[in-house]
Amino acid sequence: MPSAIEVRGLVKEYGPVRAVRGISFAVPEGSVFAFLGPNGAGKTTTTEILEGLRRPSQGEVRVLGRDPWTEGRALHFETGVIPQDFHFFEKITAREAVEYYSALFHVRPKADDLLARVALTDKADARFDTLSGGQKQKLGLALALVNDPRICFLDEPTTGLDPHARRAIWEVIRKLREEGRTVFLTTHYLEEAQLLADRVAIIHRGQIIAEGSPGEIIQAHGGPARLVVAGGPAVAEFFRGREGVAPTVRDGQVEVPIRSKEEGLGYLDALRSSGIPWGGFTVERDTLEDVFVRLVGRMDDGVLKSEGAA
Amino acid sequence: MNGRRIAADLKITARGYLRNPVALFFALVFPLILILLFGLIFSGGSAGPVTIYTQNFDHQSPASQAFLSALNNTSAVRIQLVPASVGNLSTYLGQNGYAVGLVVPAGFASNYSHGVPVHVTLFTNPQAASSAGIALGAVQGVANAFNLAIACPPLKDCQLISIANQNVGSNVYTYIDYLIPGLIGFSILTSPMFSMVDVTSSYRKEGLFRQLSLTPLTRAEWLTSRILWYILLTFLSAAIMLGIGLGVFGAHVTVSLEILPFLVLGPFFFVALGMVAGSAARTPETAAVIGNIITFPMMFLTGTFFPVSEFPPALQLVARVLPLYYVIDGMNQVMLFGNLTAAGLDLLVILAASVVVFVLAIVLFRWRDE
Ligand SMILES: Nc1ncnc2c1ncn2[C@@H]1O[C@H](COP(=O)(O)OP(=O)(O)OP(=O)(O)O)[C@@H](O)[C@H]1O
Ligand SMILES: [Mg+2]
Repeated sequence: MPSAIEVRGLVKEYGPVRAVRGISFAVPEGSVFAFLGPNGAGKTTTTEILEGLRRPSQGEVRVLGRDPWTEGRALHFETGVIPQDFHFFEKITAREAVEYYSALFHVRPKADDLLARVALTDKADARFDTLSGGQKQKLGLALALVNDPRICFLDEPTTGLDPHARRAIWEVIRKLREEGRTVFLTTHYLEEAQLLADRVAIIHRGQIIAEGSPGEIIQAHGGPARLVVAGGPAVAEFFRGREGVAPTVRDGQVEVPIRSKEEGLGYLDALRSSGIPWGGFTVERDTLEDVFVRLVGRMDDGVLKSEGAA
Repeated sequence: MNGRRIAADLKITARGYLRNPVALFFALVFPLILILLFGLIFSGGSAGPVTIYTQNFDHQSPASQAFLSALNNTSAVRIQLVPASVGNLSTYLGQNGYAVGLVVPAGFASNYSHGVPVHVTLFTNPQAASSAGIALGAVQGVANAFNLAIACPPLKDCQLISIANQNVGSNVYTYIDYLIPGLIGFSILTSPMFSMVDVTSSYRKEGLFRQLSLTPLTRAEWLTSRILWYILLTFLSAAIMLGIGLGVFGAHVTVSLEILPFLVLGPFFFVALGMVAGSAARTPETAAVIGNIITFPMMFLTGTFFPVSEFPPALQLVARVLPLYYVIDGMNQVMLFGNLTAAGLDLLVILAASVVVFVLAIVLFRWRDE
């Protein structure tokens, strides 16, 4: 599948600040790509360069085969953008905003459709300055869709939304993907990335530290699965007594890593025959969030140590 | 440039503006209050001394100077010297709509001291009968005093200084006549300047320009739509002021199509200037300061509330470097003096300035950062 977005060796400097330090990635057309990273990692900077709002300091960027900085005018007919801090004209209603964008893009206005799609129908005639943060965000998404874009850039589209509204936006994103559009998404909600994204890149201090499908990343950087047994100190003792097992105990739960399902079943069998009382069990795996926290934490520790040594 | 996009932007601009009571107040209600206020204060006949525009062709002599300062000392009149270079005083009075003028001839002092009769010429306008009466009375009185002061031999005619009274036939303008173009100019200046400086700087701060840069709208289209909007507002406020001026205060100004170019180019210039000022600063606060520094001198020194011709000469020079002067002077030339040549020159100045500022605005104004 051809790439909708291609980035090679991208560097962005704000004066002395190196916000993005040589990143490369590609986003296949028709896929959802989630760009993750802690605050200040360089997500918005990268996104804005892809949108044509900022000029790269170095490196090459292609969106639908075009250079976004120099060919932005042509590109903007095919891209939809919701910026991280979306603002609009204060006294203008949601419906008027969609109609305005429709006129600018010269497309037939379908304000009702679009507003329904982002679950904003009840606020169609409310002025922008009376909308809540989440409602503003939804309007931003509606505006991003006015021109029927091939690529949507969504910079933290669900930040500040209630769980219900967040799910509504997820639906919109799934639908965009079904329609064959490419979605470039940044988010701090790792479960969101895990649910929606075909591919994920984690950026930290301007560098990509992991990339792949959520499953691949968990596979590569996550720990083994864990058997979690509800039970008291006796259960912990039981596991401690076994060869090569290091249980961890936390509020009435005992956790042991398992490498295979046979190993897990073996533990449960032995526990049942031992006659020690226990409550129940679950098997837990690292989520993308666990991996993210570990990766970023490890990088920070590494940086701190090497900075301390220097 | 795409008309459909300009129209769409104009519509959204108008909506935003009409829903903003503060902006509306300053654009339409404030000029209304000003014209009512100033009109009421100053229309009750001139309370102050009558200004006599005076050419002194004997200006070296102490006697002529004493004569004029004696006139000044009567609190009824005020002498405003006019240089000989303006030419024929009667024409000058007519062109400026002044009611009273005085010419002191060459040789005034020597004739007076040698006992040779001499006459000063007083120009008055029958349309301004009360000013004429006051001026004639004052000049007569001072002349009598001078005549009595010189030793008068018995049986000789001692009317050494006599007065030749001539009529100036042209129109005389009252304060309200000047106030109409002045206040139209005032709103041409203030309503775009105050809001464009604010809009330009705060849209940038809130990322609205970046937002617009992601649409097909261009900077020139955006600027054009704003200009069209302020031209529309200017037409409205000019209509209001003409209505009040003619209807309530009985002003006699000529309302002709020739004022249209000023009502179009004036807002054009100040919208672009407001945008330059708004783009020049990093924060809305600094932008507001820059905007005020540009706006305030023009608010008072360009003939908005008082005709520039009544200013001290130094301030008249200052007025001539302020662009609004040419807008207001041009409208005065059309509406009061009917001098279309002078109006055309003013128009050329504004046109040149507008082109420069528009280009500057497009060059300085950026949708997006680097
Ligand atoms: N206009 C700017 N001028 C100078 N430095 C900037 C500018 N914008 C961003 N930065 C810096 O660049 C780095 C990356 O910022 P960026 O906004 O891309 O982060 P982000 O990953 O989007 O963070 P967040 O999750 O908080 O939105 C930060 O260190 C930030 O301070
Ligand atoms: Mg960001």
